[in-house]
Amino acid sequence: MNNYFERRYVVTGIFITLALVLLGRLFYIQIVDDRYSVFASKNVLRKTIIYPARGPILDRKGRILVQNEPVYDVTVIPKQVKPFDTLELCRLLGIDKAGFDKRFSKALKYSPYRESAFEKQISVRMYASLQERLYNFPGFSVQPRTVRTYPDSVAAQFLGYIGEASPEVIKRSNGYYSPGDYIGISGVERSYDSILRGQRGVRNLMVDSRNVPKGSFANGAYDTAAVAGERLISSLDIDIQKLGEKLMKNKVGSIVAIEPSSGEILAFVSSPTYDPNLMVGRERGNNVARMYKDPYNPFLVRPIQAYYPPGSSFKPLDALIALQEGIITPQTTYFCPHYYQAGNHRVGCEHFDGVTDLRKGIAQSCNTYFCNVFNQLMIRDGSRNVHRSFASWKENVNKFGFGVKLGLDLPHERRGFIPTVKFYDNRFKNRWGSSTIISLAIGQGEMLSTPLQMANVECTIANRGYYYIPHLIKAIGDKQVVKTEFTKKNYVGVNAEYFEPVIDGMQAVVDHGTAVESRIPGIIMCGKTGTAQNSHGKNHSIFVGFAPRDTPRIAIAVIVENGGYGASWAAPIASYMIEKYIRGYITKPKAQVEYIMNKNLLPPPPGWKPPVKKLSKRDSLKRDSLRKDSLKRLKSDTTKKQLELKSASRKNRKEPDSMNRFTVALINRKEDE
Amino acid sequence: MNNQQRSFFFNVDWLTVFLYLALCTIGWFNIHAAVYDEQHPSIIDLSTNYGKQFIFIISAVVLGTVILLLDSRFFNALAPVFYVVTVFLLLVVLVVGRNVGGNQAWIPIGSFRLQPSEFAKFTTCLLLARYLSGTNIRITEFKSLATAAAIIGCPMLLIMLQPDAGSTLVFCSLIFVLYREGLSPMFLIAAGLAIGLGISSLLFNPWYIIGVLVLATVAILATMRRTQQLMATMIIGLVLCISYVLTVKPLYFNVLKPHQRARIDELLGITSDLRGIGYNVNQSKIAIGSGQLWGKGYLQGTQTKYSFVPEQSTDFIFCTVGEEWGFIGTSVVICLYLFLLLRIIYMAERQRASFSRIYGYGVASIIFFHFFINISMTIGFMPVIGIPLPFISYGGSSLWSFTILLFILIKLDSNRLGALM
Repeated sequence: MNNYFERRYVVTGIFITLALVLLGRLFYIQIVDDRYSVFASKNVLRKTIIYPARGPILDRKGRILVQNEPVYDVTVIPKQVKPFDTLELCRLLGIDKAGFDKRFSKALKYSPYRESAFEKQISVRMYASLQERLYNFPGFSVQPRTVRTYPDSVAAQFLGYIGEASPEVIKRSNGYYSPGDYIGISGVERSYDSILRGQRGVRNLMVDSRNVPKGSFANGAYDTAAVAGERLISSLDIDIQKLGEKLMKNKVGSIVAIEPSSGEILAFVSSPTYDPNLMVGRERGNNVARMYKDPYNPFLVRPIQAYYPPGSSFKPLDALIALQEGIITPQTTYFCPHYYQAGNHRVGCEHFDGVTDLRKGIAQSCNTYFCNVFNQLMIRDGSRNVHRSFASWKENVNKFGFGVKLGLDLPHERRGFIPTVKFYDNRFKNRWGSSTIISLAIGQGEMLSTPLQMANVECTIANRGYYYIPHLIKAIGDKQVVKTEFTKKNYVGVNAEYFEPVIDGMQAVVDHGTAVESRIPGIIMCGKTGTAQNSHGKNHSIFVGFAPRDTPRIAIAVIVENGGYGASWAAPIASYMIEKYIRGYITKPKAQVEYIMNKNLLPPPPGWKPPVKKLSKRDSLKRDSLRKDSLKRLKSDTTKKQLELKSASRKNRKEPDSMNRFTVALINRKEDE
Repeated sequence: MNNQQRSFFFNVDWLTVFLYLALCTIGWFNIHAAVYDEQHPSIIDLSTNYGKQFIFIISAVVLGTVILLLDSRFFNALAPVFYVVTVFLLLVVLVVGRNVGGNQAWIPIGSFRLQPSEFAKFTTCLLLARYLSGTNIRITEFKSLATAAAIIGCPMLLIMLQPDAGSTLVFCSLIFVLYREGLSPMFLIAAGLAIGLGISSLLFNPWYIIGVLVLATVAILATMRRTQQLMATMIIGLVLCISYVLTVKPLYFNVLKPHQRARIDELLGITSDLRGIGYNVNQSKIAIGSGQLWGKGYLQGTQTKYSFVPEQSTDFIFCTVGEEWGFIGTSVVICLYLFLLLRIIYMAERQRASFSRIYGYGVASIIFFHFFINISMTIGFMPVIGIPLPFISYGGSSLWSFTILLFILIKLDSNRLGALM
């Protein structure tokens, strides 16, 4: 003991204080601040996503439309790469030295320690030769993956394609997708993406400070297994789909065939089409670029995106609405003097039908008859109330699915167009009446519809008053689940008894009317031809119908752009499709079918001057007026077209969609005929 | 003398021995966890650090027992010899030493490496105690203070030449001993001021600090009774402080090595480089912080097991404690140390012989310095200077030197009722 005994307390005090400071700091970083736990698991946790196999898509009879095929991605961990024969690797992968350097520096930039893709989707054959020599290239490895493959190369627009998720999709997915993930971009692949993609599995790995895997995290307690995507059974029939695509070769247009008793889409042809296998593999980028440049735009899903005036194929609807509204009876007759006088202009009629009743009107496609019917509908409450009558007519037409989205299971369906009262008010400054809009009676004027809508109307007629929402997928997965919205009957508000006279007329169309050449011996087909006017080229050939009459199994709409009369191209194509579907074979001479298959009806590519052709087929239009008209039109059009094409070709580089104008923009909306 | 007094272990402070063994055991388990490898799960494997540490612990216990068997007068008498031998070894190491990690601190002897700087700690303590316990030595006198400073400074200088900044700084802790023996508190205050002003002049503009210092001086002079002496002291102090503040930066840039400067910059938050110089401390903080309250469990620490933390069985062993045992574990370790330190001070104060007391304070100062600085650097409080955590860190030399340090005190303490020395 000495004089400084008290100083022990100072020393003790310093010790205790500093120890408490340490404890306080530890309390803060261990208990208060929980960032460090996050950092620690970030350090050590590597989540590996296990991608499930994407579900296959089958046709209605269980045949494969799309399935998976193995491909291989070459990956690299730059830090593990040791000097090796670069040229040999380049040779094996089919790349050059510059390409090698580019890929390698990209991988190095991503991370020297982590695996990143070096070359994607090499073929099985390339993989086989690489595999043998892989030990020469330390740091490189091969990851198996699957890609879509289409054994029959059919139904490209129907199936759609998959591709890497775009940045916007990734952002919207709330972290579900990450760059490089594949998602459905269009078609069924897109609309059923969540079912096809299955459930991704996650493996939680622990890695050390050099990113070397050290085993599973928490013994795999947080791991999940991948669940393969469900199998989709589509409504498509490969046989008629293939036939349809062949028939539509070198033509622009579509075929939609639907089973009326279920709404299942049997054929979904959009022409020109492309081989869906082009959307897969290493050449995909080039293929896509080439197809975007194609003036006929194979990416357009014409059955649901192309607009056509229904033309005469609309006439059964006039009759049905008028019958339901009590405006006419099947026995009502009108006198056809070769034209219909609407106010100060005339709507021509193809022929002098004389006294015409409903059946004859449909069978001969008499414009006069249906203009009278439409006029009666419009003025039934007096000519002052045309607007109100028109509004109710529009309602009725909408019920059939024209001018509204039907809601099928494909993305980007378009609604078509049925004008509204407001539309005409704007256009004619309120001064319009029945005669102003009379061309609606014959499916022309401002009215536009998609091939799917036309086929759906045929289903409704075949079912005598209702339709099911057309759909592409019959059943989902092994349990064969059917979406409930597709099992509901949608009534159009016309009583079943009113259908029979109309169907009589439609049968007459095929039996001895405009489409008599497309009769199928032994099958009672009902149909209606149509010729949609097109101011920029030949008219579009349209045929709608269904068969057999009493137990309808198939309803169909066929549009061949620039084909001319409905009876010349669309009707035979429809008859082959129907016979093939019902009988399984075609009784017509093979040469006849092949003639149609080989016929090139592509509209002139930009800059091409169309030759004048003689008209040869009958339809609801007056020959002379049409001929005169087309000559006059050709003159003015060639100059107009050249101007238009100049601006269009400039625009085309940026906007591939503008090529679409062959289908949409060129449609004639002229209402006076 | 009765039988009891003859017993070798009579009066041994078993509490201290218990604390010592507890810390060694904790160390051993944590070294095992730090280098644990699922392929070699055996806990006694001589090729691994924990296997070797097991040997070190056994031999340290034997060493401690030997010390207890010696006569306590032996240490006092031979203190100069020990000191001279250590200084000699410190000279030798500069010539034949093996350079590990930039420090020429090890003398290779067979398969082991001797680190003389570790042993310099207790020999310096012993000689300091012997000198200060001499009659007519008053620390307040300049001559005595200078001699004491020379005793401490000689090994310091040699270690600084290795260069081993950490071990050099350890000797600074002996200021507590001098303070206890009568050194003016001004020295402690000056030391505190030096640290505080040094750090602030690195962080802030020196002219602001000088402004604050002048204001503080004026304030003190205004409130206190102005005697001439106080005025003079304050003004001299102020002048010294100002010149110190102005010299810190030039010294900092010219004397310290770039890596030392980088560590200090990182610590003070002047720079932030979590992938480079700040990586170790950041990973260490993550390890400790992610332990949370209960820790991840024995052998479950991912930060340590997967080598995110460097030097994890030596200087950063506390990370393993923090990660696997959580706040519970770290507080237990800190409490054990604090308990040990307070016990050592208590033991020192109960000595009749001033030699034992002074030595005891030396032990407490050195252990405290290691404990505080080591843990502080793992949690980013202090710059990273490579000094081990006593009894816990892996390493034979350090364990043995701490054992000798502590057991000499236990031996001296057990003899406290014996003859005055």
